[in-house]
Amino acid sequence: MSHTAETLQLLAPDGRLVENESAERYKPIVDGLDESLLQSFHRTMSVIRAFDIEAGNLQRQGQLALWIPSLGQEAAQVGSGYAARPQDHIFPAYREHAVGHIRGLDVVQIIAMLRGLSHGGWVPEEVGNFHLYTLVIGSQTLHATGYAMGVQFDGLIGTGDADRDTAVMVYFGDGATSQGDVNEAFVFAQSYRTPQVFFLQNNHWAISVPVSVQSRTPLFHRPAGFGIPSVQIDGNDVLASYAVTLESLDAARSGEGPRFIEALTYRMGAHTTSDDPTKYRADDEVESWRRRDPIARFETYLRGLGASETFFADVAQEAADFAADARRRTLALEPPAAESMFAHVYSEQHPLMDAQREWLRSYEASFGGDA
Amino acid sequence: MTDTLDASAAVSAATGATAPAAAGDGAGASPASLITGGGVRTIPMAKALNAGLAAALAADQKVLLMGEDIGPLGGVFRVTENLQRDFGGHRVIDTPLAESGIVGTAIGLAMRGYRPVCEIQFDGFIFPGFDQITTQLAKLTARHEGSLRMPVVIRVPYGGHIGAVEHHQESPEAYFAHTPGLRLVSPATPHDAYWMIQEAIASDDPVLFFEPKSRYWPKGPVDLDSSGIALHASRVVRRGTDVTVVGHGAMVSMLLDAATLAEEEGTSIEVVDLRSLSPIDYEPLLESVRRTGRLVVAQEAPGGVSVGSEIAATVSERAFFSLEAPVIRVSGFDTPFPPAKLEGAYLPDVDRILDGVDRALSY
Repeated sequence: MSHTAETLQLLAPDGRLVENESAERYKPIVDGLDESLLQSFHRTMSVIRAFDIEAGNLQRQGQLALWIPSLGQEAAQVGSGYAARPQDHIFPAYREHAVGHIRGLDVVQIIAMLRGLSHGGWVPEEVGNFHLYTLVIGSQTLHATGYAMGVQFDGLIGTGDADRDTAVMVYFGDGATSQGDVNEAFVFAQSYRTPQVFFLQNNHWAISVPVSVQSRTPLFHRPAGFGIPSVQIDGNDVLASYAVTLESLDAARSGEGPRFIEALTYRMGAHTTSDDPTKYRADDEVESWRRRDPIARFETYLRGLGASETFFADVAQEAADFAADARRRTLALEPPAAESMFAHVYSEQHPLMDAQREWLRSYEASFGGDA
Repeated sequence: MTDTLDASAAVSAATGATAPAAAGDGAGASPASLITGGGVRTIPMAKALNAGLAAALAADQKVLLMGEDIGPLGGVFRVTENLQRDFGGHRVIDTPLAESGIVGTAIGLAMRGYRPVCEIQFDGFIFPGFDQITTQLAKLTARHEGSLRMPVVIRVPYGGHIGAVEHHQESPEAYFAHTPGLRLVSPATPHDAYWMIQEAIASDDPVLFFEPKSRYWPKGPVDLDSSGIALHASRVVRRGTDVTVVGHGAMVSMLLDAATLAEEEGTSIEVVDLRSLSPIDYEPLLESVRRTGRLVVAQEAPGGVSVGSEIAATVSERAFFSLEAPVIRVSGFDTPFPPAKLEGAYLPDVDRILDGVDRALSY
């Protein structure tokens, strides 16, 4: 495991608040969390876990070509997702279902993509500035940095107006840290001092290759070499994820330049439904992370604060309903018209698209149907 | 060259982090790199591109130039000379030396509403940015189902005839012409360079803008009043009756030289300047082939799986009964671009073009 002596943790696996010097620094943020936000953390983690399991089932039943599980990474995503402000922009990788849900994305749109009906297709500005998934590993880090350069050129940092100052947050995984694009994003972010938070979910496995092959040093030491302030947190601690992201985004919005967060978490399931993790990792490793489950930990904490049995029962029902609704709507999703493949290759008129669309149309018509 | 410019124009060199350049603000000041007034000026392509970029920067505050050494140096070919002085460091941006980083951040800037114009220093250095261009830039409008536009221009000095070292003389346009979602154009004259760069920047689609570097320095007329033709139109630039020859970029002037020589020997060659490689405007070419019955396609790039191959296939499909001979390709060899002392043997020249014409006429 890649925990270090410096790993920041606010909520221990036993559900108690950590009391030490580094935790003390974030105490004002934790103390300032109201009951409703704490409940939202738990509700969202639970809802997305149920959704994630249901989507995996749909894949196994032949309804999806693929599913990308997020099981086990709920705290890293939910804490950081709630820390962003409405005007911030989020560039996900492809596993951040919880963050999308928080920002207002209908997660069935993720399912549509994995059912083979779209390549994403949502409008980021309509779903809390949650940008499309990017499947080429790490490519989105440069898009986020460029976007943050634009925010800076627009004069939207450091004005002191909390509703206007804008930050960009980009998610990526431990495997991505080996990509040139991620390292170039660090370079550009520092060159232009972009208002940006790099949020690394280190789930310890790049499909079958462990993080130890990607790096001989803790990953959060790398951006430090680029001059980017970086911190490693317990990514299964939703309070740490929230507090550290909140602080980092504030710094970015105020014009202090980029920040980096490495959230140590664990991919409890397969990389995707095409993967078989039993071929490359030991059961006892998985079991040790099961004991650090982010939702169970937070539930213990909430019970300690006096949350009622009714609350947990309600959340469980809400999660089940959410998953059932996603299933119902998935089964109703139909493929788009074949001609749609030509519609948006270019935004302006294009003779080849016109000709090939027309060819397909007349070819289909030649079979004498009513196409 | 300065006699062609409006030297009396005041220079407004805003260098602050947020203050916009004064260009186009109606205050009467005009950056010196702009060519003002109308009429026809005779300038080199590099200067025409410079003035076209200045015009685009002045016309739209969202236009940004980014690339390596494009600021105080003005680019290794001086195409961006004085533009940072005239429009400021926030509009003409020197970047770290990383092509994927340049293209990837340009994509993010375009998402934010900017219109970035990236300079790739040399043809052979585009490949570190190939992934961002082909997997991201080319596909983002489709991935967003049309809600996102990608008005990014990537300028690429390309081609041989300059005696340079490895990676500095190549013609990699086929990779990009093969990629759906990209547009690809290449001017052959200062006039087209001046107008096509502005039209490429105004396009809401990503445009690969291939600049024939051996044509940067010869002067030619630029009509400042009108481009006279659409960005993606091909154009017959010399009328003839016996054989049609088609090419793009630096090849066009060579085709015209070949036509002049052939005329002395009694062969009438029609020359078509392709101008756009994606999409290709076939109608003028097909109309020409229907009259001449013969076609020679010429390019500096290797011939295999190339733009020339595509043209040969398409013309064979669409003008089969007009053809008196197979379509002949004249191209670079299917080898790596050789050391510069061998480029004369590698690159098509007037003699190789005329040899192709002879072969077309031999059927």
